[in-house]
Amino acid sequence: MAIDQATVRKVANLARIKVSDEQVANLEGELNLILKFVDQLSEVNTDGVAPLTSAVEMTQPLRADVINDGGYADQIVKNAPASDDGFFLVPKVIE
Amino acid sequence: MSDLTNLTLSDAREKLRNKDITAVELAEAHIDAMQQTAGLNAFIFNTEEKAIEMAKASDAKLAKGEGGILEGIPVGVKDLFCTKDVRTTASSKILGDFTPTYESTVTANMWADGAVLLGKLNCDEFAMGSSNETSFYGPVVNPWQRQGDDTQLVPGGSSGGSAAAVAARACVAATATDTGGSIRQPAAFTGTVGMKPTYGRCSRWGTVAFASSLDQAGPITRTVRDAAIMLESMASYDVKDSTSVNVAVPAYEKALTGDIKGLKIGIPKEFKVDGMPEEIQALWQQGIEWLKAAGAEIHDVSLPHTKYALPAYYIVAPAEASSNLARYDGVRYGLRVAGDNIDEQYANSRAEGFGDEVQRRILIGTYVLSAGYYDAYYKKAQRVRTLIKQDFDQAYAKVDLMLTPTTPTAAFGIGENIGDPLTMYLNDIFTVSVNMAGLPGISIPAGISANGLPLGLQLIGKPFDEETLFRAADVMEQAADFTALPQLMAK
Repeated sequence: MAIDQATVRKVANLARIKVSDEQVANLEGELNLILKFVDQLSEVNTDGVAPLTSAVEMTQPLRADVINDGGYADQIVKNAPASDDGFFLVPKVIE
Repeated sequence: MSDLTNLTLSDAREKLRNKDITAVELAEAHIDAMQQTAGLNAFIFNTEEKAIEMAKASDAKLAKGEGGILEGIPVGVKDLFCTKDVRTTASSKILGDFTPTYESTVTANMWADGAVLLGKLNCDEFAMGSSNETSFYGPVVNPWQRQGDDTQLVPGGSSGGSAAAVAARACVAATATDTGGSIRQPAAFTGTVGMKPTYGRCSRWGTVAFASSLDQAGPITRTVRDAAIMLESMASYDVKDSTSVNVAVPAYEKALTGDIKGLKIGIPKEFKVDGMPEEIQALWQQGIEWLKAAGAEIHDVSLPHTKYALPAYYIVAPAEASSNLARYDGVRYGLRVAGDNIDEQYANSRAEGFGDEVQRRILIGTYVLSAGYYDAYYKKAQRVRTLIKQDFDQAYAKVDLMLTPTTPTAAFGIGENIGDPLTMYLNDIFTVSVNMAGLPGISIPAGISANGLPLGLQLIGKPFDEETLFRAADVMEQAADFTALPQLMAK
């Protein structure tokens, strides 16, 4: 499967990465090379093969449904580019 | 090189315990070595004052005959591990001056055992790379050079800073991480020992995530014994990582008995790839001879889906990366680049904060997970991954370990392959299936290429059987008797 420049733009938008026209042209070539490489997998017969969900056999651990962490909002926002009174600040999202 | 910076971890430990040296002396010698080798760009953030403080605390414990298994040992930490109050960036611009308010489980284990932090080590941005050239902080220079040629070479990646610093005697040991070969390949390129444990052996909590089903922490050291000591400290069950496995951590050093009589070693025929350089083939054969001479049995085994491990990896790893890296949006930490609205702010921050290779992988990952392609790419790759794992399961019914080369070539020059992602990806051809199957693997320095560079051999073990892996690696290390030294190291 090959992708065109419109698909590159669509994927970049989904990934929230701003791309210039020049980058789109380069990415089209680069991504198609990688996709051509991974297309080798279509040679493999995987009928009836379950997808791997864990590399190591283990059961998912359960824990008690209790609050055992938190209460340090100051630490959570400490690295924020902008914060106020324990809240993250972002540009206005609702008109 | 000073006597102090040339000590192995186990020798330094003995001298510290016998009070022949102090932890402060050892830390000071390494701080001097870091300054001498600063041109390698292995360390990106130095913590000299903290190192002296930690070393003083170690000396106080050692004076009382106390201390943990790493007491007073100066180490470097790959910049992927969060370190409390010490800047952590994954070598990416997007993390800015992020300074964690918490400590990763792996490094917390090491500080509890007495290790001394010298600084944070350069790596490929978000561990995405095989040459340490994708770092925002610039490439790391390999301490090794070709004979009669001072071209700067890559140390491999992504743990290039870890491997270079250990090889150059700027630290005794280093933490590293391995998603597709990022511990073993740089170890092979720098004449060091690199050990990737079984998936789930070390907690991933507090380690910057790249591809969560593949990422695993491990050590880079100068000897197999040192790797065993480091892993014993780094490994633990951790309730904060739901994929961490609740299996007791053995004293790995005790596994180094020197006896591998009767051990069954598999030689996977699919690793004999077309165009394998003759010197790599010869090294592999030499490894077989060493193990045979030590009493091991050699068996041919088959891993029929080997060829598909790398293409499957380049779906699974970018898919998981695109999801993990969604968190870098300029809101909670790191770089924020303003836009007219919040969507633009996200897109601007991510465009400016992520480097080319990271952007490429996020886009591939986003594409293979997008509506209509999920089954054809991601699910297909995970089915192939099941087949890869089954290949190993079947082979391990017959053998205890497998032996392969670590890399298809020796280290290459800085800038030689960076423009060609696919050529770069082929570096991991012998290491990546080990991650896909969640197995432990170790690379040891085994020989020197025709142009004077180190080459590595890889042993692959059964899940959670790191002990057998260390035992055989130790025997092979003794047989290889690798004593060559890099040109660019601390004096």
